[in-house]
Amino acid sequence: MSRPVLEVSNLGIDFGGLTAVNNLNLEVNEHEIVGLIGPNGAGKTTVFNMLTKVYEPSRGKILLDGKDIEKMNTVEVNKAGVARTFQNIRLFANLSVIDNVKAGMNNHCVYSVFDTLLHTRKRNDSEKAINEKAEELLKIFNLYENRNITASSLPYGAQRRLEIARALATEPKVLLLDEPAAGMNPQETDELMNTIRFVRDKFNICILLIEHDMSLVMNICERIYVLNYGTLLAKGSPDEIKNDERVIKAYLGD
Amino acid sequence: MKNLINDLFGKKNRARTISFLMVIFAYILIEVLTKSIRMSRLFTSLLVPTCCYIILGLSLNLVVGFSGELSLGHAGFMAIGAFTAVCVSGLTSSVITNETLRLMLAVFVGGILSGLFGLIISVPVLKLSGDYLAIVTLAFGQIIKSLITNIYLGFDADSMQFSFVTNELNLNNGKMLLSGPMGATDTAKISNFTSGFVLILITLFIIYSLIDSRYGRAIMAARDNRIAAESIGINISRTKTLAFAISAVLAGLAGALYALNYSTLQPAKFDFNTSILVLVYVVFGGLGNINGTIVATTVLYILPELLRFLKDYRMLIYAIVLIVVMEITNSEKMKQFFDKGKNSIFKKGEDA
Ligand SMILES: Nc1ncnc2c1ncn2[C@@H]1O[C@H](COP(=O)(O)OP(=O)(O)OP(=O)(O)O)[C@@H](O)[C@H]1O
Ligand SMILES: [Mg+2]
Repeated sequence: MSRPVLEVSNLGIDFGGLTAVNNLNLEVNEHEIVGLIGPNGAGKTTVFNMLTKVYEPSRGKILLDGKDIEKMNTVEVNKAGVARTFQNIRLFANLSVIDNVKAGMNNHCVYSVFDTLLHTRKRNDSEKAINEKAEELLKIFNLYENRNITASSLPYGAQRRLEIARALATEPKVLLLDEPAAGMNPQETDELMNTIRFVRDKFNICILLIEHDMSLVMNICERIYVLNYGTLLAKGSPDEIKNDERVIKAYLGD
Repeated sequence: MKNLINDLFGKKNRARTISFLMVIFAYILIEVLTKSIRMSRLFTSLLVPTCCYIILGLSLNLVVGFSGELSLGHAGFMAIGAFTAVCVSGLTSSVITNETLRLMLAVFVGGILSGLFGLIISVPVLKLSGDYLAIVTLAFGQIIKSLITNIYLGFDADSMQFSFVTNELNLNNGKMLLSGPMGATDTAKISNFTSGFVLILITLFIIYSLIDSRYGRAIMAARDNRIAAESIGINISRTKTLAFAISAVLAGLAGALYALNYSTLQPAKFDFNTSILVLVYVVFGGLGNINGTIVATTVLYILPELLRFLKDYRMLIYAIVLIVVMEITNSEKMKQFFDKGKNSIFKKGEDA
């Protein structure tokens, strides 16, 4: 078996009296696409929020490449290699499409304030390089034509794709996608599946994704975790999950 | 050639080109006018202050428009720049006889000192999320004004003397730089319209360079969505602090230029009203809209002066004009008119 990139053990969080997630064990291995599914309110997004330190976990451990992220904040977790998208889209609404992606490259094009004000060679070369990289990313997500319009004027599906492109711009090791296909039509969803596989191979990353669209999940995930009331209900291959009695009862239905 | 035109007038840089052209054109026009026909003293006396307020407006727009924080104390930074410049100019007047050189030095030191204050107050405040900056800058503006109101500073051939209580300094044939509530009382007037024009160009250059850089993108990203910005590795407090410090430098420059345009200047000039006045210019010009700030500042600063003939009714008319402009710019019809351009782009986006 290949090396785990993300290892979660015993993870839990309480909001006042409510235990939103408890005793969660999960791992994502190199090059894997893993699904995280479950009914509404099961705690899936909360898991992402803990992995990115938007929420501080109450219990448990998160290892990234074997390193504990306990002391890191959201910014540091991203620098360490975790990038994500949001269920309720969070783009930089007033920035152009391409600037949204370039913002994601902020830590990979390093020049100083003085370089900025003096327009030094270093600044110009850096800007040129990230411009090329950003355009390449936009082409992958079919957003290149719209690169100069403001992000908020993109159609819904395109906004979701832009969020993924922005996350990838940070050059992560693990990509967390929170309902990437929500609001997309079947054709868009199909294209999205291909794109997700493509970027996984191209950038050699692993992906953990939350999704309610079962055709997408069963299609591209190699392993699936099922969350119910904050605890792990089942895990396994798509076939195992599809046929799991408990999962069918709690989530999939007949 | 085509490349150059694209570079200057392409969609991305159009606003920048317009800014520079507008300012340069206005400068040439005014220079020609003042050289060829006799302009009224009222008109010429408004030139330098207008430049100062434009720089101040641009500076405040960097904080309010681009970084999305509220500052209610920019007059404080202006004051630091102003009285620093007065001191620098006063102290070096015998050493540096070239007025332009002395002005440059005074403006530079004023800007730097103001920037340092900006850094000092914003570092701890911007570590917190929430609208604390507004409160702290409000207090800062008041404190700076009160401080300067109580400073007595003078120098003579042997020493520099400072007092916080009394104006009875032991000067031996020396000169007072700051006299408490009277402020600066005998400053050499070395600012001029050309220096104001150059400073506006420098300010525009700084702001446009910043916006079109990794720092500018980070500043606007942090404004648009804090959590998303953090999730892509942008350090919010550092980013906002940078914007604020640069803004403070620019406000300091503006203050320095302003102070050296008058022989006397009282600290009371830099009160809360001045901070709010500039905020009004920025809001009218449009948050994050540089050309809007330039136009709005010019019009709104000059308007009350031109309305002086109305005597008692002056501020009444001024207020009515403000309300009417606000109504017009916010009316649905006008919005639709301005959105027409946007909509055509939007449709193109959907097809692709
Ligand atoms: N900040 C918070 N404070 C209090 N309760 C919270 C908070 N965030 C999440 N919860 C609760 O935790 C539970 C899990 O929510 P979460 O958003 O993780 O669900 P989800 O599995 O993502 O659901 P969905 O499929 O609808 O997106 C819910 O009961 C929710 O109300
Ligand atoms: Mg969710």
